[in-house]
Amino acid sequence: MAEPLLVVENLQTHFRTPDGINRAVDGVSFHVNAGETVAIVGESGCGKSVTSMSILRLIPEPPGKIAGSIRFQGRDLLKLSEPEMRSIRGNDISMIFQEPMTSLNPVLNIGRQIGETLRLHQGLSAREAEAKAVEMLKLVGIPEPGRRVREYPHQLSGGMRQRVMIAIALACNPKLLIADEPTTALDVTIQAQILELMRDLKRTVGAAIVLITHDLGVVAEVAERVVVMYAGKKVEEAPVVELFNTPRHPYTQGLLGSMPKLGSSLTGTETRLAEIPGLVPSLKQKIPGCVFASRCPHATDFCVKVAPALEPKAPGHVAACHYALKEGAIAA
Amino acid sequence: MSSPLLDVQDLKKHFPIRGGFFGGVTGHVYAVDGVSFHINKGETLSLVGESGCGKSTVGKAVLQLFGITDGQVVLDGKRIDDMPANSLRPMRRRMQVVFQDPFSSLNPRMRVRDILAEPIRNFGLARNGAELTAKVAKLMDTVRLPRDAVNRWPHEFSGGQRQRIGIARALAAEPDLIICDEAVSALDVSVKAQIVNLLQDLQGELGLALLFISHDLAIVEHMTHRVAVMYLGKIVEVAPKRSLFAAPKHPYTEALLSAVPVPMPGKQRERILLKGDVPSPINPPTGCRFHTRCPYAFDRCRTEEPPLRPIPTALEAGHTAACHLHDLPADRNPLAVAKGQALLAV
Amino acid sequence: MSSAAAFSSASLPQDVAAAPPMPDVLPPVKPKKGFFGFLRRNPTIAIGGGLLLLMLCIAVFAPLLWTVDPTALAPARRTREPSAMYWFGTDMLGRDVYSRVLYGARISLMVGFSVAFCSSIIGLTIGMISGYVRWADSIIMRIMDGMMSIPPILLAIALMALTRGSVQNVILAITVAEIPRVSRLVRGVVLSLREQPYVDAAVAAGTRTPRIILRHILPNTLAPITVQATYVCAAAMITEAILSFIGAGTPPIIPSWGNIMAEGRALWQVKPYIVFFPAIFLSITVLAVNLLGDGLRDALDPRMAKRV
Repeated sequence: MAEPLLVVENLQTHFRTPDGINRAVDGVSFHVNAGETVAIVGESGCGKSVTSMSILRLIPEPPGKIAGSIRFQGRDLLKLSEPEMRSIRGNDISMIFQEPMTSLNPVLNIGRQIGETLRLHQGLSAREAEAKAVEMLKLVGIPEPGRRVREYPHQLSGGMRQRVMIAIALACNPKLLIADEPTTALDVTIQAQILELMRDLKRTVGAAIVLITHDLGVVAEVAERVVVMYAGKKVEEAPVVELFNTPRHPYTQGLLGSMPKLGSSLTGTETRLAEIPGLVPSLKQKIPGCVFASRCPHATDFCVKVAPALEPKAPGHVAACHYALKEGAIAA
Repeated sequence: MSSPLLDVQDLKKHFPIRGGFFGGVTGHVYAVDGVSFHINKGETLSLVGESGCGKSTVGKAVLQLFGITDGQVVLDGKRIDDMPANSLRPMRRRMQVVFQDPFSSLNPRMRVRDILAEPIRNFGLARNGAELTAKVAKLMDTVRLPRDAVNRWPHEFSGGQRQRIGIARALAAEPDLIICDEAVSALDVSVKAQIVNLLQDLQGELGLALLFISHDLAIVEHMTHRVAVMYLGKIVEVAPKRSLFAAPKHPYTEALLSAVPVPMPGKQRERILLKGDVPSPINPPTGCRFHTRCPYAFDRCRTEEPPLRPIPTALEAGHTAACHLHDLPADRNPLAVAKGQALLAV
Repeated sequence: MSSAAAFSSASLPQDVAAAPPMPDVLPPVKPKKGFFGFLRRNPTIAIGGGLLLLMLCIAVFAPLLWTVDPTALAPARRTREPSAMYWFGTDMLGRDVYSRVLYGARISLMVGFSVAFCSSIIGLTIGMISGYVRWADSIIMRIMDGMMSIPPILLAIALMALTRGSVQNVILAITVAEIPRVSRLVRGVVLSLREQPYVDAAVAAGTRTPRIILRHILPNTLAPITVQATYVCAAAMITEAILSFIGAGTPPIIPSWGNIMAEGRALWQVKPYIVFFPAIFLSITVLAVNLLGDGLRDALDPRMAKRV
């Protein structure tokens, strides 16, 4: 079988801080196949954004340090020179950020900003680039693209700006798109529009997507496979339906249980929300055992001492928990 | 029937836009433009809507953090919006606030003890220092924080813990009403659940009324008794929870409900995608403010503003909406039947 | 999906799969605690503060540092080159440049600190009023705009021309010129602090306005004010030197660095050391104050450091 598009192995991204080493990402492995959408979920500080920034090597070194390997189309991105990396960013791999306002340059019009990557990576002329920009705006569903290319970011609404960001990201036909909380800053009706657009684009453009989010609802709508991160580690990975139906790791179970479900007042399934007690541990201390042990309802002394390995619990489903049952082990 | 704890009548707040060398008024932002609602004792009313709809402005206007343009705010039978500062102060004790951002809602230069003691001192709720200390300690118990944490500074706490301190400060004044302005929106999923449960427990124990301002419909449904939906400075629908979620009577509410992502992969609800963006509150559309995005708009919507009125086809009594569709015969009114089951239960 | 059923009994699992150990990819960091740890983490504060402290010691202990009377004339020993006897040489009136430069530190530091202190206090008051009293704001700020449109040196020269030349008047003149900058800064900080949710919460909690200003606004303006004060201090020392240099500042009889340089100007090409030593001292002192300011800014507000 051919190697997946992106293979991240044992990724460690650590930061030097005045009061110790922050192990923001500590040994994360996953892969993304061509055309696939993989979601990385977790709460703030779990390392999901640092993971995505590490893939594009956007982590300043020092104070950061990236170790492990990130193979993209067979090449280890961590071994490339900075100019080689630049030719990959925005071309083969592009990124969409959470805040569309700060990610766009306020003094350049939309057409220029989309055209810039095209001229840089594909050597298009100014006229060709603008024509392509209009085409991209049409692709992401912006009305009157011919007029909009000459407008500036402040003239657009939040939803429109995020569409422009997506247009810029897709301009060079990237093979991998990293979307870091692409809808978090948007209102729910605008979020619905953008999610709809992302689903459409997935069909038409065919780029693989790494979706970084904390919103399990968004994950359920667009992802095919899910990586759950907690305190810098991958604690579970499964196909999306598996993960929502039979979560194996107590943290994933806690996350799903702590989320109220719309419509519960109609079906009479209203219950008290499940809490995950306590706090996320500090990443500046080395945790010898399971990172979730301090908050886990099932934790034993053993969990505190020995870190669990990621074990296959079902086909395509791994979890790092000593006690989570494997498929077949469930009696009846 | 006893009178409501809070009664807001035709509240308006217009912010002037200043410009030019001498700072003359060049226009207005019609942030809140004629909003009426009430909250009973011990009840939760949620105010939902998207950013810029004016829901936070309503909260601040009720709290009297600025003067209002028009209308009245009545707290327990007393009109408070035109009260002089001195008679207003004792009324302030009865309504407190919890804000969204756990980081900017606590003064970084005050210890937790001083943060919690401030309302107690202001309202003279403790006779001496010992009583004050005891009250502060009890507040820490109430919000499930360790008592010895009172000597620490806000930056030593996590987001969820800070939100607990914010809730403790609100409770310190022994209020009847707490305004939660997106109080759980900035928190992580697992911490959000902790705070939602805490608020629900406190409401049960202390009989608090809550004005729960939020954009998160799932949390709202979980927390609330009644819901008011705001769009562009106006309330478009007010209803008991079940009635609203089962059979929304305003097209905006319907679209809002359908837009929430379903946390169940492979299943998707029938989605009503709204076209375009929210118009500017500086220059709101004529007629029904929602007509520019409404999938069902007809001619009358563009010229005549629909009033908020009871809807006979609603599931429960007390369900009001502002929409002309309900004047049409039932076979031409897309909102006549209960669609909530189809919208929500997937 | 019931969580109880998904777990094997709480006994030790049969087939333990321990995760491979993850060694750190960075050398261990020993947290630096205490006062010296603070200095280690903030080298700019350590260097700037250290240099400034050195200058302060020089100013205070000038009489003990092998100096002679800085105003004593010795026409016979004019314009001597630096030597073991006259470390920095002598000027055209035979006065010892070393002693004059050391005593000059007193004037510079006094002017710098006084201006920083006075303009901070006055600027804080004005900025507080215009940030809090809305009707006064536009009036005060237009006045400040007017004052800012006059170059500070010109303003100081005008004030010096109106009054008698003395160190107090130099301080007064520079303070007046610095006030608009400080009040603008304070006003901006106050306006943004007023919007902070904790201030709204304090209003809702029945806190009266004077207490809000005292407990909620003032303490949070101190960090930016302190940083600004260091820049004002550095600017004031330079302005003092300029004023003295052009003869509109400290009376010539008092040895200030500006005065020493002004007097050495005529001999610059033949006896450069007369200008060189006070200039070096001035540069080092201004550098020290600026370093301290940058360091304080970074330490007091890490977000601001990232932006600037």
